Amino acid sequence: MPTVTYIEHDGTEHRVELPAGWTLMQGATLNGINGIEGECGGSCGCATCHVYVDEAYLDKLPAPSETEEEMLECTASPRRANSRLSCQIKAMPEIDGIVVHLPETQS
Amino acid sequence: MAGLVIVGAGQAGYQTAESLRQDGFDGPITLIGSEAHPPYQRPPLSKAYLLGETDAQRVRFRTVDYYAQHRIDLRTSLDVTALDRAVKRVRLSDGSCLGYDKLVLATGARVRPLPVPGAELAGVFTLKTLDDVDAIAVRLPHAQNVAVIGAGFIGLEFAAVARKLGKAVTVLEAAPRIMGRVVHPDLSHYFTAYHQARGVRIVCNAAVAALSGTEAVEKVILADGSEVATDLVVVGIGVIPNVELASACGVTCDNGIVVDEFCRTSDPDIYAAGDVASYCHPFAGSLVRLESVQNAADQGRTIAAHVTGKAKPYATVPWFWSDQFDLKLQMVGLPHGCDRVVLRGAMETDKFSLFHYRGDELRAVDSVNKPADHITGRKLLAAGVSPTPEQAADEGFKLNSLL
Repeated sequence: MPTVTYIEHDGTEHRVELPAGWTLMQGATLNGINGIEGECGGSCGCATCHVYVDEAYLDKLPAPSETEEEMLECTASPRRANSRLSCQIKAMPEIDGIVVHLPETQS
Repeated sequence: MAGLVIVGAGQAGYQTAESLRQDGFDGPITLIGSEAHPPYQRPPLSKAYLLGETDAQRVRFRTVDYYAQHRIDLRTSLDVTALDRAVKRVRLSDGSCLGYDKLVLATGARVRPLPVPGAELAGVFTLKTLDDVDAIAVRLPHAQNVAVIGAGFIGLEFAAVARKLGKAVTVLEAAPRIMGRVVHPDLSHYFTAYHQARGVRIVCNAAVAALSGTEAVEKVILADGSEVATDLVVVGIGVIPNVELASACGVTCDNGIVVDEFCRTSDPDIYAAGDVASYCHPFAGSLVRLESVQNAADQGRTIAAHVTGKAKPYATVPWFWSDQFDLKLQMVGLPHGCDRVVLRGAMETDKFSLFHYRGDELRAVDSVNKPADHITGRKLLAAGVSPTPEQAADEGFKLNSLL
């Protein structure tokens, strides 16, 4: 199973194995990782699952959809070049080992 | 210490428990759910779950281990049958009793039954719980003609899914237009056309008189005598708040359990949250009972904050959403009493928003595939900032610049 490392804003690290196809948002909420809310249930509608993707993995992800692009303009913490919504990132073998940093606040 | 007992393990009940631990509450928490499943998110049920894009495990809020790890005594398949306020105790369906220091009623709402002959036939479903959807999923692959009774969010979301799966779909709505209770007529018309263009048959002013069939449902009979052949019916005609536990022991109810800004009921040791709670929302200015994820979650957080001594009045501007086909409808605010609606964007592009005004004051924003307008609308309404109708209508004007 692909491994995902979530690094909270305070530096706390969580290494989690996710079944392929699960989103990084689902992996975080189901494992009780603070710092990802996912209030809309993962329908790309609330921008509360914002993450900063480690640069080494950024190019391995499919480009954000138009809706995700628009939602990324609405994040509570500043949008950066490596900002993505974790409900739109699926755990797949290609991104095994991915590291995401959680922003200071989601809402 | 008897601790805190939460009746109902839906969105509001779960959120109360989660936030209590997050906020440092150290006493015992018992979370009682009538369903067999650990707490889960309902919104995906009528959409991604039915399409097989997610599963029962992934719709859970947390893994099962979470509850034990956080000393939340999760008790499933259990109902609370009576409440004795004098001795601060609830009676459970297994015959046992449980004392409480503080009680949270997050009992939710139940689907309004269809009051016609034949409503109990096999092949007739409601869509609220995981078990409901699992039952639909067993029958749906074999169904040809799906009938949806009630054109609210649930009915239309299901209609879109059934259509995507290749079924012939008829939506029967008693009112003159779809989603009439919650959206502006312009949006009803837009969504009607969108569904029709994708092959959904929509019949408004349709009074269902009976369902009939020998072993299972075969047709819906309307009051005008017309019939709709069907082998699967989903009924989504609204919900009834589960107030009985509270009303039976004299807790004040008025279309729900009445709560104050801290979600306290008329009994200082009893809170209520979610679909069952009726609240004089400052944004509405009158008692409202909101059936939404946002309301359930925020009221759960409000209770936790109050219990842990960090009381913060609940005043979030209400927001809702519904996904139908590839339309993302997001609503914020309450458009009641509005006298002017302004269109931002063009409906033909399937990306637009309606800004609702009462006089010069912005009261609500409904967005279709314009999530940024929705989020900006939330910020504007929370801040009490109203763009002029001209600014709202001008897509070149950055609404964010007003904040």
